[in-house]
Amino acid sequence: MADPKKLPSVIEKHTIAVLVANEAGVLARVIGLFSGRGYNIESLTVAEVDAEKAQSRITIVTSGTTQIIEQIKAQLRRLVPVFKVSDLTIDGPAVEREMALIKVVSTGDKRVESLRIADIFRAGVVDSTNKSFVFEITGATEKINAFIKLMEPLGLKDVSRTGVVAIARGEKPL
Amino acid sequence: MKNAQMNGAEILLKALTDQGVEVVFGYPGGAVLPIYDALFQQKAIRHILVRQEGGAVHAAEGYARSTGKVGVVLVTSGPGATNAVTGLTDALMDSIPVICLTGQVPTHLIGNDAFQEADTTGITRPCTKHNYLVKDVNDLSRVVHEAFYVATTGRPGPVVIDLPKDVLQNKGIYKGAAASEEHRSYRPQVRAEADAIDQAVELIANAKRPIFYTGGGVINSGNVASKLLTEFVKLTGYPITNTLMGLGAYPGSDPQFIGMLGMHGTYEANLAMYNCDVMINVGARFDDRVTGKIAEFSPKSKKIHIDIDPSSINKNVLVDLPLVGDVATVLRQIMKRWKDGGHKTDKKALAAWWKQIALWRARDCLSYEQSKKIIKPQYALQRLQELTKHRDTYITTEVGQHQMWAAQFLKFESPRHWMTSGGLGTMGYGLPAAIGAQVAHPKALVIDVAGEASIMMNIQELSTARQYRLPVKVFILNNQYMGMVRQWQELLHGSRYSESYMESLPDFVKLAESFGGVGLRATKPEELDGVIEQMLATDNFVIADIMVDQTENVFPMIPSGAAHYDMLLGPADKAARPVSEEGMVLV
Ligand SMILES: Cc1cc2nc3c(=O)[nH]c(=O)nc-3n(C[C@H](O)[C@H](O)[C@H](O)COP(=O)(O)OP(=O)(O)OC[C@H]3O[C@@H](n4cnc5c(N)ncnc54)[C@H](O)[C@@H]3O)c2cc1C
Ligand SMILES: Cc1ncc(C[n+]2csc(CCOP(=O)(O)OP(=O)(O)O)c2C)c(N)n1
Ligand SMILES: [Mg+2]
Repeated sequence: MADPKKLPSVIEKHTIAVLVANEAGVLARVIGLFSGRGYNIESLTVAEVDAEKAQSRITIVTSGTTQIIEQIKAQLRRLVPVFKVSDLTIDGPAVEREMALIKVVSTGDKRVESLRIADIFRAGVVDSTNKSFVFEITGATEKINAFIKLMEPLGLKDVSRTGVVAIARGEKPL
Repeated sequence: MKNAQMNGAEILLKALTDQGVEVVFGYPGGAVLPIYDALFQQKAIRHILVRQEGGAVHAAEGYARSTGKVGVVLVTSGPGATNAVTGLTDALMDSIPVICLTGQVPTHLIGNDAFQEADTTGITRPCTKHNYLVKDVNDLSRVVHEAFYVATTGRPGPVVIDLPKDVLQNKGIYKGAAASEEHRSYRPQVRAEADAIDQAVELIANAKRPIFYTGGGVINSGNVASKLLTEFVKLTGYPITNTLMGLGAYPGSDPQFIGMLGMHGTYEANLAMYNCDVMINVGARFDDRVTGKIAEFSPKSKKIHIDIDPSSINKNVLVDLPLVGDVATVLRQIMKRWKDGGHKTDKKALAAWWKQIALWRARDCLSYEQSKKIIKPQYALQRLQELTKHRDTYITTEVGQHQMWAAQFLKFESPRHWMTSGGLGTMGYGLPAAIGAQVAHPKALVIDVAGEASIMMNIQELSTARQYRLPVKVFILNNQYMGMVRQWQELLHGSRYSESYMESLPDFVKLAESFGGVGLRATKPEELDGVIEQMLATDNFVIADIMVDQTENVFPMIPSGAAHYDMLLGPADKAARPVSEEGMVLV
């Protein structure tokens, strides 16, 4: 356990991976814990990762002081169907990625410009009409934010994002 | 009975019996009729019919807290389940192991707003340690065994099992509890790490101004934990204070016990906490009623914290040395290390520390102004203590001033004899809890120290007491006020007693009689002993209506948001110190 006494009381962002039993109500338990205790959820993703063991993995991006973050992890570990909780922000380097689908509706110069920027960001076109594109972009949250910002004056109409998924670098599993 | 021929209700009862359940507190309804039918046809489990489901949960809490076993509740779907919510929340806050079986509409109707349908697992998720919805009769026995494991291990708590009616009626297979099988994800830690134990022993041995601050976790850990704690405290010669939930974990009449701490704790306990250099927290959770102003909570001390729940550590107060584990196990580890290492305390420093404590003690902070004309509530409890001290007595309380006076003036010599709603502060807890304790200990003396307002919240349970011939004693300190509310209004709201006077109270003597019990009343100090003696001699339930001073307040008091040294010691103190603005928003 990190020693909260020695750490600053500033608000920090943390990415937490939670391995849970894939059973009814488990997501409600996790979300209820955050809302009931007044913790932030900046993003949350969930999907089954092992069908045989019926395990799902939840990735939560949250923020708080060191004391709050430690409390969040202790509270998560207290839930009966939780196998493992790992703070990827503390436990070593991790890769964080998000995927977004972005709809841009425009013609003429704007349409050309959107395509050019998409190319720079390595966003793919997954759907197009005469007037619209749907771009698929993967990357760190900041990269996606930047892309969306650039698309705003170019006819941005709709955004769908997955939220962050993350995994520790190196050989060790969760 | 052949395995494959059992229906869900029978499987359920078999699982309960295998778990050692002897008593269930419940109330029937459509969704649980199969269970009631199965209960009717067996003898192993006794059913106590309460008069409102809320009463069933508190009775189960009283049963559990007074025995160390699980309290089991059985209620129907919809309103039966929602009535249980307060009790479940109470059990969660106070770490009481309770299993609550709730009926549910049949699986194919779930989600259709069927008759008496409620989303019971949804509603009870935040007020239980865990809950289950059983959808297949062949899961039922496994779920019940798991529920008992979850409710009783780690930090104990309430568990709900929601039982759709078709699951109760379908035939299925019973599986016994697999004793050795580990839970796949839930694994509480019971032993503390060895190097943390070493550090703790060093800190404890080298302390100059030590204090044990112990709580409900000692009781939860079992009677052996109290024994070990007593042994270790005696061995060190250090002072010990207890939380409201921990009373009885250490003998209350021992000279090393310096009283309860916190908002209504003793002067000596709070000042010892403020001035100590090493604090040994054993199974207590730094509740706000105990810490007062966090920024000024025991600023000079190194803090050791033994707790089985890692989320209790550093939640409110940052500690120097957490020891995650079960109290009994960790105390054994510590004592072994202590003896192996031949550790000794600093006798000289300790003598000086006790000298200081003796000075604080000399303030006699629980003293009050005696009266010849009117019964002081403190005096009523002193007499109750005196006249019951030779008996095996279990005390429950309601919530309010009377609860605090009971904590201050009654002596608890052993664990599991004191039951009170600490974390949630649920008025109406005491009578059903007393019923549960009396069911568990039919020969013992069980007394609910009550207020006239609180007792009205579950008064219907007198009917339960009558039906099962449970001779519980309800000792009402009748001040005709919601005294605790009145006290706060006096101190914080300019004596504007908004809605805190109890109008139109019943005649409690006649009320007791109408329920088939005995009613007694004392209005003058000289009547008190006679009424108490008569109450104790009565082999029926009794309401003793003790008319006490209406304006008496509970002292000492640390006003909300104040520090431990900032105690109000008596009526003369109150005007001198206005409560801070931050304090005004606190409860
Ligand atoms: C009107 C009113 C006034 C009050 N005033 C006061 C007051 O003046 N002083 C006071 O003390 N309280 C007071 N209370 C009670 C207060 O609200 C809390 O309920 C109480 O202080 C908590 O007690 P505790 O710290 O012992 O914790 P509990 O609620 O008993 O919690 C037990 C702790 O021990 C841990 N634990 C459980 N089992 C084990 C185990 N086997 N091994 C190790 N650890 C374990 C748990 O994880 C938990 O952290 C008042 C309540 C009311 C209603
Ligand atoms: C269910 C519930 N409602 C409200 C409260 C708030 N409350 C705390 S103490 C109290 C008054 C209790 O009055 P009484 O039972 O007469 O006890 P007294 O303080 O007079 O001894 C109230 C209303 C509570 N604790 N529980
Ligand atoms: Mg009253």
